[in-house]
Amino acid sequence: MSIEVRIPTILRPYTKDQKAVTAEGANLSSVISNLDSQYAGLGERLLENGSLRRFINIYVNDEDVRFLGGLDAQVKDGDSITILPAVAGG
Amino acid sequence: MALEISQQIVDAILEQSRNEYPDECCGAILGPVGSDKPLRLKPMINAAHSPTFYEFDPKDLLALYREADDNDEEILVIYHSHTETEAFPSRTDIAYAGEPGAHYVLVSTRKQIAPATEFRSFRIVDGVVTEEEVSITE
Repeated sequence: MSIEVRIPTILRPYTKDQKAVTAEGANLSSVISNLDSQYAGLGERLLENGSLRRFINIYVNDEDVRFLGGLDAQVKDGDSITILPAVAGG
Repeated sequence: MALEISQQIVDAILEQSRNEYPDECCGAILGPVGSDKPLRLKPMINAAHSPTFYEFDPKDLLALYREADDNDEEILVIYHSHTETEAFPSRTDIAYAGEPGAHYVLVSTRKQIAPATEFRSFRIVDGVVTEEEVSITE
């Protein structure tokens, strides 16, 4: 299982400035665990108290994971995950 | 550090902020990768439809990044309006600022200063706000 994960600028300090990395897992939750084991600290930037952070957007093949079951979203070999910080403020 | 931007784009953003009042307006400006020349204005829908908050719709956000990638562009400016306060980043703006390479532009539609306008630009990196000069070109 190899999933491409595209990393936004703000999180590239965790991935040695790589714009895209590969990870493994059958669902988003396991992909995030796998990412965190490769790039320590990255998981915490995506999760808060075990849930996806409200102001981080994650997409599987261009679909927002909020519509795919969140952390349970299924992924398969060859899928592409994109992480983007929300553009938001007050 | 400075933001160089055309009068035409400045006027368009100020007009958008007035049209969407009392809600905050928002958008981005794209430019060729590495150029720091914000040339292509992309007004966005404020999915929050709020006078005190703005957010790009997540689907529109992904589409914007894809479009920029396809055109060898990047998001150089992220802008939004403040409706009743000065054009300076709020605590929320600082907390959610996720593009360390972008110019964060704020405009204000507050009535106290009408018909004058505020158009200011900032860098927001690791919670630190640095104002920068705005150079408006013809």
